[in-house]
Amino acid sequence: MESYILECSGLRKSYGHKQALNGVDLKLPSGKIIGLLGPNGSGKTTLLKLINGLLTPTAGSLLIDGQAPGIESKKIVSFLPERTYLNDTWRVRDALRFFADFYADFDTTRADEMLNSLNIDSNARLKTLSKGNKEKVQLILVMSRAARLYCLDEPIAGVDPAARDYILRTIINNYNPEASVLISTHLITDIEQVLDEAIFIKDGQVLLHKSVDDIRFENKMSVDALFREVFRC
Amino acid sequence: MAWSFDLDKPLYLQIVENIKLKIINGEYPPGERLLSVRELAAEASVNPNTMQKALAELERLGLVYSQRTSGRFITDNTLLLKNLRYQSAQQEMANYIEHMQKLGSNSQQAVDLLLEYLQNNKVIDKPVD
Repeated sequence: MESYILECSGLRKSYGHKQALNGVDLKLPSGKIIGLLGPNGSGKTTLLKLINGLLTPTAGSLLIDGQAPGIESKKIVSFLPERTYLNDTWRVRDALRFFADFYADFDTTRADEMLNSLNIDSNARLKTLSKGNKEKVQLILVMSRAARLYCLDEPIAGVDPAARDYILRTIINNYNPEASVLISTHLITDIEQVLDEAIFIKDGQVLLHKSVDDIRFENKMSVDALFREVFRC
Repeated sequence: MAWSFDLDKPLYLQIVENIKLKIINGEYPPGERLLSVRELAAEASVNPNTMQKALAELERLGLVYSQRTSGRFITDNTLLLKNLRYQSAQQEMANYIEHMQKLGSNSQQAVDLLLEYLQNNKVIDKPVD
């Protein structure tokens, strides 16, 4: 039997009357890079927050490596949220120390190497960094963990194209073959080259979950082109 | 990005074609060891699984072979390489004729135009073995 790093069945989340997720069934294998693609307000961030235990499901179930979200699952899931939660007055190296202290699987050497390649001074205070550099620091923190599942919420939105290439290469090089990476974004063209699978999500439901080469083969178009067709306004 | 892709088509097939070409033109010489899947994936900026799939296909075609401990190598089967080069050349010629027909020439005119072109233009050849 194949084992899944993430299994959702009948997963629902509502905020009052608003249904954010409306019965999501999903199985994510290990060792894949998966794009979570959907228009604004489709439920991408809600799903990521549920996986990370920041929200609790209204109904349905969600298992990470066979267990419900909790202390154990947080040890193997590395989450990059859309918004920063780091203390702005810290220096970059304080953030590294914080992560090293918090997560047993954090690799400080790896983080230092990445900071070097992106020319980020580890003595700089976070508030003095540009928006893009701040995003890079956060991504470096998240990717320097040896997690089993990385959840990246819009990881490349604010950085320049050269850094985007570096970040994608970092994702390819750094994740271990047993781990999966779930990337939510609407900048599909920039990431589709590195994806194994794509999930299209709309109004809190999964419309499609397929290998990206199958999408290209069956539809004779890129994932980006299919997205534009499916979600035409 | 080092390798460019047409995102309308499966990437692994494009990688197969790309490596085939490098084998034909000698950029990857016969018997040479290929980079690891991960290194090649990073060079091409694609997912390691996609690269793995492409290499498996090249293995199936007999163009690369793997040795349990030391990695993957380009075939040193010269007959196979010769065939491959011949097939690719055939494909290029088919494309040429097809394009010239679209421009309104018949096949004989296409050949004449090609000869005329070679007479009027300096084409610098690379040494052929």
